[in-house]
Amino acid sequence: MDRILVCLKRAVDYNVRIRVKTDGSGVVTDGVKMSVNPFDEIALEEALRIREKGETDEVVVVSIGTDACQQQLRVGLAMGADRAIHVRTEQALEPLDIARILVRIAETEQPGLIMLGKQAIDGDNNQTGQMLAALWQRPQATFVSKLTLSGTTATAVREVDAGLETIEFDLPAVVTSDLRLNEPRYVKMPDIMKAKRKPLATIELEELGITPQTRVTVLQTAAPPVRQKGKMVADAAELVAELKRMDLP
Amino acid sequence: MGRILIIAEHDGSELNPSTARCLSCAGEFSGLDCDIAVLAKDGQRVCEQAAALFGVSTVIRVDNDANEHALAAVHAPQIAKLAEQYSHVLGPSTTFGKDLMPRVAALLGVAQISDIMSVISQHSFARPIFAGNAIVSVEIRAQDKVVATVRTASYQAAASGGNATIESRALDVELPTHTRYRGTSSSDGVGRPDLQSAAIVISGGRGVGSEKNFALIYQLADRIGAAVGASRAAVDAGYIANDHQVGQTGKIISPELYIAIGISGAIQHITGIKDAGTIVAINKDADAPIFEIADIGLVGDLFTIIPELEKLL
Ligand SMILES: Cc1cc2nc3c(=O)[nH]c(=O)nc-3n(C[C@H](O)[C@H](O)[C@H](O)COP(=O)(O)OP(=O)(O)OC[C@H]3O[C@@H](n4cnc5c(N)ncnc54)[C@H](O)[C@@H]3O)c2cc1C
Ligand SMILES: Cc1cc2nc3c(=O)[nH]c(=O)nc-3n(C[C@H](O)[C@H](O)[C@H](O)COP(=O)(O)OP(=O)(O)OC[C@H]3O[C@@H](n4cnc5c(N)ncnc54)[C@H](O)[C@@H]3O)c2cc1C
Repeated sequence: MDRILVCLKRAVDYNVRIRVKTDGSGVVTDGVKMSVNPFDEIALEEALRIREKGETDEVVVVSIGTDACQQQLRVGLAMGADRAIHVRTEQALEPLDIARILVRIAETEQPGLIMLGKQAIDGDNNQTGQMLAALWQRPQATFVSKLTLSGTTATAVREVDAGLETIEFDLPAVVTSDLRLNEPRYVKMPDIMKAKRKPLATIELEELGITPQTRVTVLQTAAPPVRQKGKMVADAAELVAELKRMDLP
Repeated sequence: MGRILIIAEHDGSELNPSTARCLSCAGEFSGLDCDIAVLAKDGQRVCEQAAALFGVSTVIRVDNDANEHALAAVHAPQIAKLAEQYSHVLGPSTTFGKDLMPRVAALLGVAQISDIMSVISQHSFARPIFAGNAIVSVEIRAQDKVVATVRTASYQAAASGGNATIESRALDVELPTHTRYRGTSSSDGVGRPDLQSAAIVISGGRGVGSEKNFALIYQLADRIGAAVGASRAAVDAGYIANDHQVGQTGKIISPELYIAIGISGAIQHITGIKDAGTIVAINKDADAPIFEIADIGLVGDLFTIIPELEKLL
């Protein structure tokens, strides 16, 4: 195939302990470390391996958001992507609009595969890939832990509640990555330097002719109820006695 | 006046317990009738099970050879068609529902709400973000259909004792053939409780040390009728299969009793067990974060404690 499109979302780093603002207006994101959503790094790694096997000519990374997204695109370029597309907007977009934007990009880029993370670890929506596949009217393989391409079709192993499901589908298609698809490579210093010279195109959201909508409003953000630290017991016998006291087996 | 449609999850012969949990969520929308749609090759048996749940008005039976396996691309256009007559379409937040419902929402041109924890009003809901470290209340525009997944760990299964009518429906929609099911391999044989609905779950982490040692966890679990779970580290290390992973990116569970053995208690793991009744932690490191949230903690070596527990339980 000519190219694979990989979506990179700028998300709060997974090591950050998130705090809810006391006035309930959201979570504290000022000064918090931002990274590429971990699932997206896995998606990109897979695309790069496919290119290294000679099954695609080009890997293009896409991010939608403010100028700050360019940091994550540079990480993607340093990992090995050939070029980057930044769709610039100051608005917080809902997954359906992200999907509409990605369809527009797909129409110009004509990728054989669009790869995304199965979920962003901040919004935890787990929707964008599926919505994109619906609007693009193409197959979707979600929660993928193994991907094999063969000409005009592909086979994916999906991590589902019942175990591992295998599906076969026609290309082009949308694939969302699960954790065990691969282990992303580390970025090396010279690659970071090289990435600075790779092409990064910026498109204003307005140029795509898409007007985002507010279908969902966040009314309030609250801290979850916390579980209190319980009791420490000294040994197995005391543990069993404690469970019995609580009427547990 | 609205009406709710729940999309049944099943394996062709058995209704998944997640459907009865969705029904409890539907019960929080006061005054709305609720139907269940069963898409299958031959849905008779599953429809009968759905009709027996308490609180269901009608079970819609959609038989089609193409529905033999739950492929989102094939199911979604059919559900979008059925949705014309409904104000709310709900599915479980299992891998089945997460795969399917966003595709349905996109076909309908509406947003999708993931993981409803509670219903605030007919158009507003509470849901977790950031691995459950924050809860947002969100509101959908009044003119839009509500398409959502229900966080099954937040709801008990609805009782049985209903007697809904079963209505067959033929849908005139074009179904894609671009996606083909090839098979599923499950790690556990029959006879063990299901991780997502078990009353007791015993999980092992990296501390268990090997696939061979996991037999200890299984022995203890079998002794007390528990399902077996695992941390991501244990799954990544190959000690146990992926369908046992508990946490943000695994299964979110709500057993009455959860026993974590050799698990440190990373936030991504804790997310999966926040709704458990009682959490027991066994870990040799007294400073392991799991003890901060455990109801009962025991510091010690799992290899000496498990055999002792087996004798005592
Ligand atoms: C009212 C409201 C308030 C918001 N406030 C904030 C906020 O304060 N901070 C903030 O960061 N976001 C905010 N957002 C945006 C929101 O959190 C999500 O970014 C957006 O809804 C997508 O959801 P998700 O990332 O959970 O999607 P998922 O469906 O979980 O994402 C799956 C995959 O889609 C791809 N993807 C998703 N978004 C993008 C993107 N922008 N660019 C490239 N690829 C992408 C990635 O590959 C990702 O792994 C807000 C949205 C709304 C509606
Ligand atoms: C995006 C993302 C998503 C993730 N999703 C999940 C998820 O869904 N589920 C999940 O679990 N993790 C998830 N993780 C991983 C998570 O961050 C932790 O790495 C993981 O949970 C650690 O597993 P563990 O507790 O088994 O291992 P460790 O953290 O290594 O802990 C092992 C524990 O065993 C104890 N131990 C060792 N030997 C013994 C002994 N002989 N007796 C008693 N105790 C012993 C040690 O003291 C230690 O506390 C995710 C991470 C990321 C980045």
